[in-house]
Amino acid sequence: MQCFRALRYFSVWSQVPMGPADPILGVAAQFKADPSTTKVNLSIGAYRDNDGKPVVLESVKRAEQIIKEKKLDNEYLPVEGLQSFIDASIKLGYGDAYYAQNGKSIAGCQVLSGTGAVRLGFEFSKKFLPQGTKVYMPNPTWPNHHNIARMAGLEISEYRYFDPKTRGVDFSGLVEDLNKAQNGSVILFHACAHNPTGCDLTTAQWTQLLDLTKKKNFLPFFDMAYQGFTSGDVNKDAEAVRLFTAQGVPIVLGQSFAKNMGLYGQRTGCLSFVCSNQQEKDKVVSQLKLLARPLWSSPPLHGARVADIILNTPELNQLWLQEVKMMANRIQLMRVGLANTLKSLGSPHDWSHISKQIGMFAFTGVGPDHVKELIAKYHIYLLSSGRISIAGLNEGNVKYVAEAFHDVTKNTKL
Amino acid sequence: MHCFKVLRFVSLWSKVPLGSLHPSSGIVAQFDADSYSQKVNLGVNTYRDNQGNPVLLESVQKAMQIVREKNLDNEYPPIEGLQPFIQAAIKLGYGEKYYEKNGKYIAGCQVLSGTGAIRLGFELLNKFVTPGTQVFVPNPTKSLHPTIAKIAGLQSKEYRYFNPITRQVDFSGLFEDLQIAPNGSIVLFHACSHNPTGCDLDIDQWRQLLDLTKQKGILPFFDMTYQGFTSGDMDQDAQAIRMFTEAGVPIMLGQSFDKNMGLSGQRTGCLSIVCSNEREKEMVVSQLNLIARSLWSCPPVHGARIAETILNNQKIYQLWLDEVKHMAQRIKTMRQGFTKALKDLGSPHDWSHLSKQFGMYSLTGIGQLQIKELMEKYHIYLLDNGGISIAGLNDTNIKYVAMAFHEVTKNTRL
Repeated sequence: MQCFRALRYFSVWSQVPMGPADPILGVAAQFKADPSTTKVNLSIGAYRDNDGKPVVLESVKRAEQIIKEKKLDNEYLPVEGLQSFIDASIKLGYGDAYYAQNGKSIAGCQVLSGTGAVRLGFEFSKKFLPQGTKVYMPNPTWPNHHNIARMAGLEISEYRYFDPKTRGVDFSGLVEDLNKAQNGSVILFHACAHNPTGCDLTTAQWTQLLDLTKKKNFLPFFDMAYQGFTSGDVNKDAEAVRLFTAQGVPIVLGQSFAKNMGLYGQRTGCLSFVCSNQQEKDKVVSQLKLLARPLWSSPPLHGARVADIILNTPELNQLWLQEVKMMANRIQLMRVGLANTLKSLGSPHDWSHISKQIGMFAFTGVGPDHVKELIAKYHIYLLSSGRISIAGLNEGNVKYVAEAFHDVTKNTKL
Repeated sequence: MHCFKVLRFVSLWSKVPLGSLHPSSGIVAQFDADSYSQKVNLGVNTYRDNQGNPVLLESVQKAMQIVREKNLDNEYPPIEGLQPFIQAAIKLGYGEKYYEKNGKYIAGCQVLSGTGAIRLGFELLNKFVTPGTQVFVPNPTKSLHPTIAKIAGLQSKEYRYFNPITRQVDFSGLFEDLQIAPNGSIVLFHACSHNPTGCDLDIDQWRQLLDLTKQKGILPFFDMTYQGFTSGDMDQDAQAIRMFTEAGVPIMLGQSFDKNMGLSGQRTGCLSIVCSNEREKEMVVSQLNLIARSLWSCPPVHGARIAETILNNQKIYQLWLDEVKHMAQRIKTMRQGFTKALKDLGSPHDWSHLSKQFGMYSLTGIGQLQIKELMEKYHIYLLDNGGISIAGLNDTNIKYVAMAFHEVTKNTRL
């Protein structure tokens, strides 16, 4: 008799505990299961149009059409990825002027979106920075930053970032904490559209951090997942990157095209290191390849081709820039809409932080109890941290959401 | 004045040494730079048709058309990937019969091809097996196997596999080495088309290993990169997996669709783990997700959509099976043709091992000096270990390559 049941003598996995559910995806799953017709998903970090639908950008469609017509094969990319994509990505991130002068000293590698950039970047840092070098992360940050640092073997420290009282950046706390940090530390900065707070630094604040960076020999690691998506202007959103590099600070930059090109599931990103010269860059690239190979051998082709075609085809690049601006504008409109509607409903609270914050996410200030009520009573799904994805708002639901927020908070503190 | 030059006070990367990926990675560049008209690349890592070109399978093209017409978005898949793809891949790997009875106990996760399967699998193992558990890999094997084991925190050891004198499997040596391995060890097996030797185990040998596995509580981890590509028959190529699982052994399986679907650059693979029951499977999936989240967050959708379409569409699936058969047949024809050509030239050596071996690669047995001569005099590029990729042979170049091999070996030992 054929015995199909796995032999119990050998139960390697019998002691495996249930891993904690991803907080964000868990909420999304709840939303999906909810049969309510008025349900609103404010949990997930993906853009939605005014009808609440995911968007495939016209520039992306056209790029895909070009790929189809060219009948391109599916052969392996080199370990470092598609070079023309890497170059275009670096140019977009660092700016034309800097790229023209220094492009050949920037070590670049195509990676699996923002996650891949941080993972590869952290693994490289662990391998080549002095032992004991810590990475400082803003409090709060994207939870996966912590996971990745831990898996890469990097020690984490936090710097104050969000002030829950002002619902803005606690800049003096931030500077204090970075002043106390060890010289030579890696400092993770969100280049723009801070996730989850939506609170970004001003030019003046970035300038102060630049001085501190130079003073303390920090290695700035910019995580830029929302270039263009934040203000609508790709250059403005990269101003911190431009500011630091213009002053000769060697940075690390992780770029993702998940949001600004809507290429989420295609996992398209770029990691780059500013080096002193071309020889150093060649060595850094060679080492990045050594680390990338046991991660994924070579990065996925499709998304990089799409991004490459868009960035390198002038009409498509122009079209894309307009589409990104459109997405950023709609987000901004919804921010203002929510804040204004709450005001007009007579809310006792100041919701202006929602329109002052920027990017996909807003830290509304509602607490876990509010969130529970919003989910249970109004079928509005957000994270227990009070983070909402503005992209989930549209002209059809913003009033409903405002009313719900008003209802659950009118008699409580924020 | 803008100061663009990177400040030399911070030269973090100045001590980074040049890394070298793989001895033969330089060979590709040399081949590309060679202008000789009759140059031959026997180091190709993907299938080539009889014209020496990479192939975009018709089944893949048809599937791509179907995917295109669905007008899908590029949203994030779940962390574990696209479920329809995972299920279809598992069904293909384990066989319909086993899948019907036990599919619900198999924890599956979409990964970045074979590399991703090994990386995720080894990281999971490192987290949950008894500390000190070793991974046994064949000697020789893909260089990535020990590299990934190390980076995942696992200690790897070799078991004898290839006998360079007989140019066949050293089965008694293999058996001896696994017999003295500690009970509960992890053993990596190439399911079929052993890379780099092309020497596979026969069914009797697998049976003996199955007994040993049960006796010693070995955890078999099958790396199956060439299902279908080896004999031309999916079930035949997976016979070891079928045998072990039918006997109730809980295996781990890494599947890649790089070669058999020509989806190399799209990075399409699946990792699966046989569990005792559904609850255990859920726990294992949750743990796989935790690790995957810090590696790549979620896998790329493009290749998985194509693969799933092929596997689940009756007509396209049949077409694909025929195409894979055709590729396997061409490889076989080249193996036989090459052996015959060398025999006809009056070679003093026995080259029959080449036609007895399977799959893409063969270790020819020629030495470094001959490799050099082949390259410099005949513009024929081999892998550094004397291995060749049979896919690089075709009707146009086979006589030339045989002649060259004969010339460089007729007066030497093999």
